[in-house]
Amino acid sequence: MVGTRAASLGMHAVLALAAAVVIFPVAWIALAAFKTQIALLRGDAFFTPVWSNFDELLFSRSSDYLADFGNSLFIAAVSTALVLAVATPAAYSLHRLGWPRWVPAAVLGWSLVFHMLPPITMVGPWYVMFRSLGLDNTYTGLVAAHLALNLPIGIWLLSVFVREIPVELEEAARVDGCTTPQMLWRIVVPLVAPGLAATAVICFVFSWNEFAVALNLTAKQTATVPVAIAKFAQEYEIKHGVMAAGAVLSAIPAILLLLAAQRHIVKGLTAGAVK
Amino acid sequence: MAAPGTAGDAARWRHYTLAPAVAVYLALTLLPIANLLVMSVHDIRWEQGAAQWSFAGLKHFAALGRDQLFRDGLANTALFAVSAVSAEMVLGFFLALFASRVVRARVLYRAVFLLPILIPGIVIGAIWKLAYNPDFGIINQVLGLVGLPGKDWLGEKTLAFASVVVVDIWHWTPFVFLLLLAALESLPQDVYEAARIDGASAWQELRYVTLPMMLPAIVVTAVFRLIVSFKVFDEVYLLTGGGPGTATEVLSFTIYRRFFTEDRMGYGSAMSVVVLFLLALAIVLALAAARRRREEA
Repeated sequence: MVGTRAASLGMHAVLALAAAVVIFPVAWIALAAFKTQIALLRGDAFFTPVWSNFDELLFSRSSDYLADFGNSLFIAAVSTALVLAVATPAAYSLHRLGWPRWVPAAVLGWSLVFHMLPPITMVGPWYVMFRSLGLDNTYTGLVAAHLALNLPIGIWLLSVFVREIPVELEEAARVDGCTTPQMLWRIVVPLVAPGLAATAVICFVFSWNEFAVALNLTAKQTATVPVAIAKFAQEYEIKHGVMAAGAVLSAIPAILLLLAAQRHIVKGLTAGAVK
Repeated sequence: MAAPGTAGDAARWRHYTLAPAVAVYLALTLLPIANLLVMSVHDIRWEQGAAQWSFAGLKHFAALGRDQLFRDGLANTALFAVSAVSAEMVLGFFLALFASRVVRARVLYRAVFLLPILIPGIVIGAIWKLAYNPDFGIINQVLGLVGLPGKDWLGEKTLAFASVVVVDIWHWTPFVFLLLLAALESLPQDVYEAARIDGASAWQELRYVTLPMMLPAIVVTAVFRLIVSFKVFDEVYLLTGGGPGTATEVLSFTIYRRFFTEDRMGYGSAMSVVVLFLLALAIVLALAAARRRREEA
């Protein structure tokens, strides 16, 4: 068995190397957030950590980061709630309420196609539409755009989970006189709870991370965190430390969710892709 | 009105439950796409918050063929997609294969590889902008330690393109890894036992057992990644802004530039229409091919 042990060690070595390649740049920027501009420019490996970058990021008058953080939280939370509210009944309807076959095929097909199209192609017409309605630079506009961008994933993921519900359960409930809304609320929602969690986490993260649309549909008051970070990077004299601090704080929700819901995320990202 | 629990009740609720999703798709995806088509044959100006449209015919589409930036964007995006995705597929496949063979720490590897998928694309851009910095970036520092000269990673044309591809590989290999690992874990194990009893070597097992069974998952993942890589925007926006020259100009960025930076909405719309049409065609062809495969199998 010497051969297999060596092979196993080799595979671990390759995987550990890849993990290091993933972690190293992230760890490095996290450290950079605690360096002074001088320590950063000198490339000091050892340095005295300072809070000045976070100070400037959060409390300087020229920075809107805190407000943008609030904007991002609000937009991600509301658009995620809307995706779940729209996608759950839709997924149930498509698979269990006896539509002719072309209906689920059309809705799921369009979901797939729309999910794969570059969002930047949609930003133009959204911009013109929202501006004509007076919704440019508002929360409503960006929430609507994120709802449209994430609804396809919501419908696909929840479809996977709805299909796993045993039909017998529903038949029994029907016999007991259960109406469709009761069925949805008392049977489907509790049974797809893990699916709802996976969908919620993924939609939240996608909305939180989304940049191309937020860049063009928001202004100073409604800007999200990615837009704020991009602004730091484009100033004439880039404050690298402050940009790093902004990047670190913006990754916190993702890392918290990763720690709390890793299993859900993996299931969500891979659901439907395998079968 | 139908009594609760009857077929009539179900038929009514069938519409109520699907209506919101259909309404969202109509109002926020199909209507804007129809609008995009109309915009592409107009010149649009904003006057006091109202859009002024004047008919432009097909002039925008005719201009597309002469637009060097659009041609460069198209060529760069295609090259970008092919080079990044092929590297991601090879790396992702072998990492997934190895991870499926090790028992200990598999969960840990999977958690680590989730990181690039979950952090914002713009942050990935920021990370690599710092790492590539010619003066104090970590890459040149490490090269300096081993006595190699540093480079201006984002400043020279070929190098800048390669640097952006590397960032995409860093970003998306973990995604390929996750999908292929899930597929590997769902393969039937008895085939492997049979192969081992027959004395197959590790290489033969890979070549004659794993690869054939994994082929559908590999093809689906590759096609998906190829099409989705046309979305690339955030990293390019932050790292190079399409430069130097047009070395890293990708389609998403060209559309953004024409539409928003230059305020040429009709022309930007025409560009979007062409890109949407090409991608939709590719998606439909891919789906049709996948369906034929399934029906043959």
